[in-house]
Amino acid sequence: MSIRNLSKLAFATIVLLLAGCSGGVLDPKGQVGIEEKNLIILCTILMLIVVIPVIVLTLYFAWKYRASRDFEVYTPKWAHSTKIEATVWSIPILIVIALGVITWQSTHALDPYAPLKDKGEHLTVEVVSLNWKWLFIYPEQGIATVNELVIPANKPIAFKITSEGTMNSFFIPQLGSQIYSMAGMETKLHLIANEPGTYKGISSNYSGAGFTGMKFNTIATPTEADFDAWVAKVKQQGGSLTSESYKTLAEPTEYHPVTYFGDVSDGLFHEIVMKYMKDHGSMDFYSKPKNAVSGKHEGHHMGVEE
Amino acid sequence: MSFLGKLSIEAVPYHEPIIMITLGVVALLGLVLAVLITKAKQWGTLWNDWITSIDHKRLGVMYIILAMIMLLRGFADAIMMRTQLAVATNGAEGYLPPEHYDQIFTAHGVIMIIFMAMPFMIGLMNIVLPLQIGARDVAFPFLNNLSFWLTAGGAILVNISLGLGEFAKTGWVAYPPLAGLEFSPGVGVDYYIWALQISGLGTLLTAVNFLVTVIKMRAPGMKLMQMPIFTWTCTWANILIAASFPILTAVLAMLTLDRYMDFHFFTNEAGGNSMMYINLFWAWGHPEVYILVLPAFGIFSEIISTFTGKRLFGYKSMVYASGAIAILGFIVWLHHFFTMGSSANVNAFFGIMTMVIAVPTGVKLFNWLFTMYRGRLIIGVPVLWTLGFMVTFTIGGMTGVLLAIPGADYVLHNSLFLIAHFHNTIIGGAVFGYLAGFAFWFPKAMGFKLDERLGKYSFWCWQIGFMLAFMPLYVLGFMGMTRRLNHTDNPDWNIWLYIAAFGALVIAFGIFFQLLQLFVSFKNREQLKDTTGDPWNGHTLEWSTASPPQFYNFAHIPHIKDIDAWTDMKERGESYQRLDKYEPIHMPKNTSAGVLMSAGLTTMCFAMIWHIWWLAIIGFVGAIAVFIKRCYTSDVDYYVQPDEVERIEDAHLTAASKGVKA
Amino acid sequence: MSTVAADMHHEHEHHENNNVFGFWIYLMTDCLLFASFFATYAVLFMNTAGGVSGKDIFELDFVAVETAALLLSSITFGFAMIAAHKQNKSGTLLWLAVTWVFGVVFIGMEVYEFHHLIVHGNGPQESAFLTAFFSLVGLHGLHVTSGLIWMTIMMIEVLRRGLGDQTVTRLSCLSLFWHFLDIVWICVFTVVYLMGAV
Repeated sequence: MSIRNLSKLAFATIVLLLAGCSGGVLDPKGQVGIEEKNLIILCTILMLIVVIPVIVLTLYFAWKYRASRDFEVYTPKWAHSTKIEATVWSIPILIVIALGVITWQSTHALDPYAPLKDKGEHLTVEVVSLNWKWLFIYPEQGIATVNELVIPANKPIAFKITSEGTMNSFFIPQLGSQIYSMAGMETKLHLIANEPGTYKGISSNYSGAGFTGMKFNTIATPTEADFDAWVAKVKQQGGSLTSESYKTLAEPTEYHPVTYFGDVSDGLFHEIVMKYMKDHGSMDFYSKPKNAVSGKHEGHHMGVEE
Repeated sequence: MSFLGKLSIEAVPYHEPIIMITLGVVALLGLVLAVLITKAKQWGTLWNDWITSIDHKRLGVMYIILAMIMLLRGFADAIMMRTQLAVATNGAEGYLPPEHYDQIFTAHGVIMIIFMAMPFMIGLMNIVLPLQIGARDVAFPFLNNLSFWLTAGGAILVNISLGLGEFAKTGWVAYPPLAGLEFSPGVGVDYYIWALQISGLGTLLTAVNFLVTVIKMRAPGMKLMQMPIFTWTCTWANILIAASFPILTAVLAMLTLDRYMDFHFFTNEAGGNSMMYINLFWAWGHPEVYILVLPAFGIFSEIISTFTGKRLFGYKSMVYASGAIAILGFIVWLHHFFTMGSSANVNAFFGIMTMVIAVPTGVKLFNWLFTMYRGRLIIGVPVLWTLGFMVTFTIGGMTGVLLAIPGADYVLHNSLFLIAHFHNTIIGGAVFGYLAGFAFWFPKAMGFKLDERLGKYSFWCWQIGFMLAFMPLYVLGFMGMTRRLNHTDNPDWNIWLYIAAFGALVIAFGIFFQLLQLFVSFKNREQLKDTTGDPWNGHTLEWSTASPPQFYNFAHIPHIKDIDAWTDMKERGESYQRLDKYEPIHMPKNTSAGVLMSAGLTTMCFAMIWHIWWLAIIGFVGAIAVFIKRCYTSDVDYYVQPDEVERIEDAHLTAASKGVKA
Repeated sequence: MSTVAADMHHEHEHHENNNVFGFWIYLMTDCLLFASFFATYAVLFMNTAGGVSGKDIFELDFVAVETAALLLSSITFGFAMIAAHKQNKSGTLLWLAVTWVFGVVFIGMEVYEFHHLIVHGNGPQESAFLTAFFSLVGLHGLHVTSGLIWMTIMMIEVLRRGLGDQTVTRLSCLSLFWHFLDIVWICVFTVVYLMGAV
C-alpha cells in the first residue's frame, strides 16, 4: 500500500517537472503569470503539510490496525478525546488562516482590473470575441487585427474586453490571468510579456461549434520600434473596418485566417459594447463619451450585483 | 404550426451511424428483456410489486438500477470523449464532429450528476435511512414513489433525445446567451430544461419527504444527536436540496420563458443579464456537489466504524462538520466564476469562504483516521473503497483549495486541471462512497452478499483507472489545455491524452467487474446468503432486521438508548428477541398513481420540447386528475395481522439463530 | 391475511400531523423560489431598454385595491378555519366562498392589469424590467390561481364529506398556503409597486 503511495508522489513530482517546461501556465513569460505560478507552488507546498500526513497515516493505520494484527491495542468503545479533537480542528484552521492571508493579498495584487504597477504607461488593446474568432482593436494606433495579437515586450497592456454574442474567456496561458468576454459588458485585464516570443492565446470558455478554433498567436516584439514597424505594415496592407464591414466580420466563421485592418472607424469598440449595454438602465450610455476614441468610457465591475 | 409541433421524421438522426447502431442495440436489449419477462410471466410481479411499490426499500433498489443504467450511458459518453481526444491530435479531426461531440460532453455531465449520482445517493438513502431510524416507512410513501418516477421520467427524456432530435450543445451548465434561442435554436436545450425540471421536482419532493421522516418518525428514545451518522449526513443533504433546488427550478423556468415566450432574463438584447443565470445556476450547483458528497461521507463513517469494530470517533464533530459544510456550501458559489471580473474584495471573500470548507472536511478525514486507530480493521470491499476514497479525495480536496485561490484560478479556470479536480472529488468522493455503500448494504437489500474477489478486482480497476485517467488531466491543465476542445494540435499534449484514454479503459474494466460481480453473486446467491440480517456485525438498526428486511421493517419498534443502537441491543441481550404477542401493523397499499402522474408529466415535458401544445395540456391535466383521484381514494392502507407478523418474524429468527450459531 | 383498515386509528392523526409539517417545509422551498425571482427582479428592474419603468406604469390606487382584496381574503380564510375547527360546516363553506370571491377579484384585477399593459405595448417581451415584473407578479398570480382551484375542490369536499380529520388537515394546509401567498404579496407590493412608483 505504501509503495503505491510513494509511486503516486513520485508521479506527482514528475508531473510538475514535465509541466514546467512545456509552454503552459507553469512556464510563464509575463510578470502576472510568474506571480501566479509562484502562488500556486507556495500554496501547494502549504497544503502538502496536511495532505501528505493524512495520506500516509491513512495507509499506515489501515496496515497497523488490520484485523490480522490482533496483538495491537484494541479499544472498541474509545470514541472521544478532547485533545485529539482540538488538534484535528486546529491544524486545518491554521493552514486555512495562512492560506486566507495569502489569498487576500494575492487576490488584490493580481486583480486583473488593476493596471500593473511601476511598469509605465499601458498600451490599450480592445478585444472582441466573435463567433469564432478574436478581433483586436488598437485604438491609439487606429488599426485592428483578427486572430493575431502583436504587442511590444516589456510594455504593460491594458485589455478592454467584450463579446459580440456568446461568452468566451480571453486567455494567454503563458502571460497569466484570463477574463470573460461578455456581450454588452466591458471587462478588463492587464498583462505584460517579459520577453519577446510567440505565445498561444485561446478562448477558455466554450462558446459553440467553432470554439476549438478560437486560437490566436500573441507575438511579443523585442522592441517598441519593432511594434511600430508592424503597425506601419498593418496600416499599409490592411483594409478598413467600419461599422458596416464589422457586421460581415461578425458572421460566424471557423478558423478565420489572420486579417489586418489598417483603418478602423472611430469608437467601434464602444459601439459594440453599447449595442447591448444601452439597455441596462443603471448607467447613462446614450451619449458617446468625448474620449471614446481612446476607449476610455466607464466600464463597471462585473459580478454579483445587488 | 403542425399537429406535431416541431416534431417530424427529420428529427431522427438516421444519417448518424453511431447513434443508429446504439439505438438498434438498445432496442434489441429491450426486446430481449421484454421476451424474458413475458416468458417468465413476470409482468404482473413487475407492475404490482415494483413499479407501483411504495416500499422505500424497493424504491431504493429501483433508484440504484436506474443509476447503474445511466452510469453505463454516461460512461459510454466518457469513453467516446476520451477516444475522440486521443485520436484527434496534431490537427486531426477525429471521428466526432463538434455537432455530435458537443452533445456528448453535455449529456455526460447532465447524466452523471443528475441521473447517475443523484439516484444512486437517493437510492441508498431510501433503502437505509428509514431502517436506521427505526421507522416502518417514510412519511409520505406515495410521494416517494412519485419522486422516483419523476426522476425516471427525466432520465427517459434525456435518452429519447438520442433518437429524436438532439441534446443540448452547451455544456452541462447551459450558460446563456449560448443556451438562448439565438445561439441554440434546436430542441437540445429544451430537452435539457425539461429533463432537469421534472427530475428536480422529484428530488425536491424526496427531500421534503425524508426531512419529515427524520424529524417526525424516529424510533422512541432516539434523540437527534443519536441518529446514525449516515442519517445525519443525508439529513444535511436533504436540507441542502430543499434550500437549493427551488433556485434551479426558478432559473430553468426563466430560461424556459426566454426560449419559449421571448422574455429577456438572460438575452443580450433588451437589457437581459446572463450573469444572473450564472449566479443562480451556481447558487444551486455548488450546494449540489455537497448534496452528492455528504451522504457519501456518512457511508464512509458507517463502514469505517463497522469494519474496525469500533464506535465512530468524534460523532459530534462529524455531525457539526457536516452541518458546517452544508451551510458554507451555500456561500461559495461565486468561486465558479472568479474570472467574470468581480472586484478583488468579492473574489477574495468567496475564495477564503471556500477554503474554510476544507476545515470541516479535514476534521472528517482525521476522525476517520482515529476511528481506525486501535481498531480491528477487516479490509473487505467496502473498506477498500473507503481507503481509496481517503487517499484520492485528499488530493482532490487539495486541488480544490488551490482553485479557490483567485490568483491561481485566473490561470487554471476552465482548464483540464479543473476537470481533473472535480472528477477527483466526485468520483473519488461521491462515487467511491456509493460503491462502498452498495457493497456494504447490498446483502441487506437483496439477502445475499456480493462476491468479494470480483469486488476487489473492480475496486483496483477503478482506483488505478482513475489515477491514469485523471492525473494526466492535471498536467494538461498546467500545460494550458482548456476544457471542451474538440481536437488538439499540440504534440506535447498527446502522451497525456493517450494515458487518460487508457485510464478510461481501465475504469471500463472496473465497471465490467462490477457487473460480473452482480451476475456471479446472483448465481451463487445460496452460498452467499445472509441469514442473520447482520453480516458485518453492524452498529445500527438496519442490521437488526432480516435480509432483505420484512416489508414492514420492524415488528416491534425498539426503544433507542445509544447512537450504535443495534450494538447496544446486542450487548444488552435484547437482540433477536421473540415477542409473545405481536400488534397489527398499519401499512400503506401500493398505488399506480405515482407512475401514472409521472407518465402524464413526462408526456407534458416531451410535448413542450416539441411544441405540441395540445399534448402538453393533456399530459398536465391528466397528471392533475390522477392526483386528485388519489386524494379521494380511501382504500389506501391496511393492517398486517399479528398472525402474519408472527409467521414472518419466526422465520427470520429461526434463520438468524442458525446463522449466528454457525 | 390482512384486512382493510376502514376505521380511524390513532396512527392516522400521526400522519395528518406529518402532512401539515411536510406542507410547511414545501412552503419554505416555495419561498426560495420566490426569493430567486425577487433577486432577479432586483437585478433587472433598471434595465428598461429605453422603454417604460415602474414609475410610468404602476397605478398605486389600483394595486392598493387589489392588495386589500387579498389581505381581506386572508382574514376571511381565518374565519373559515375557526368555523372548521368548530365543526361548523355551513360557516366553513360560507367563509370559504367569501375568500374565494376575494381571490377571484384579486386575480381578475391582475389579469386586467397585465392585459392593459400588453395592449399598450408594454408586454414582457419589451424589456428585461418588464420580463422580471411580469414573471414575479405572474408567478404569484399562478400560485393564487392554483389556490383558488384547490379551494374549489375543498369546498366540494367539505360539502360532500363534512369536516373529518383529513379534510380539516387539508384545509389547514390550504390556509397555510393562502397566508403564505399573502405574505409574498406584501413583499411584491412593497418591492415592486411601492419602491417602483417612487
